[in-house]
Amino acid sequence: MPTPAGTLYRGREGMWSWVAHRVTGVLIFFFLLVHVLDTALVRVSPEAYNAVIGTYQTPIMGLGEAGLVAAIVFHAFNGIRIVLVDFWAKGPRYHKVMLWVVVGLFVVTMAGFLPRHLMNVFGGGH
Amino acid sequence: MTTQSTIPSPRSPYVRRKTTRGNFELYSWVFMRGSGVVLLVLIFGHLWTNLMVGDGVHAIDFGFVGGKWASPFWQIWDLLMLWLAMIHGTNGVRTIVNDYAQRDTTRMVLKGLLYLAFTVVVVLGTLVIFTFEPCPPDAPANLLPSFCPTI
Repeated sequence: MPTPAGTLYRGREGMWSWVAHRVTGVLIFFFLLVHVLDTALVRVSPEAYNAVIGTYQTPIMGLGEAGLVAAIVFHAFNGIRIVLVDFWAKGPRYHKVMLWVVVGLFVVTMAGFLPRHLMNVFGGGH
Repeated sequence: MTTQSTIPSPRSPYVRRKTTRGNFELYSWVFMRGSGVVLLVLIFGHLWTNLMVGDGVHAIDFGFVGGKWASPFWQIWDLLMLWLAMIHGTNGVRTIVNDYAQRDTTRMVLKGLLYLAFTVVVVLGTLVIFTFEPCPPDAPANLLPSFCPTI
């Protein structure tokens, strides 16, 4: 029996931005748990904190930080879009346009952040 | 002659299972939007001072943290960020657990772990911010903030 075609819900901009908001939110939350624990090492000793924060300065973790910042920037801008959809009378009408504004602002912000961060991670001097 | 004023219902009326406590979900919805806007400012400020200024992530060490928390401004900033981000994040994950964990026991266990993690992280983080000792007496001076007395 052939599977019926065209029954999969593909909600386009609205659904995929909702999915991305959930995925980035969960990623950020789990990083936050780890980040409070690693910062708590300042209460143990300067050596313990420096040893663990030193692992944040390796190239692999540097790329992870770039991914984390990307997740935060998307979640932040899309969150403003959600607030506008909910509270601005014309928000629901412009929700698709606002998603492309979010994507544009994301690209601009990451274009400002990535060179600076990648120079700090991979650049000389350390 | 007796008249019956009300006709008794033939069977017990349908009772909707109560799944929310009052307006809790409304307040949660409002909180996510309010805290989200504040967190955007707090976290972008945090990322700017810790990753963009100077040598970025390479400049972060014990002395850097000590220098920041010497100022009540950054203590309050980080405290607000800790509490708002943890409540915002916990509430977000709570929503996701409610959406996808179908069995009652699975949901209870996952949310129990979530609330345990929330409590541990918030209490630990708050204590660290307020009991932090920037110049521990037995530590090497070159690891400490510059304002610590030498010897």
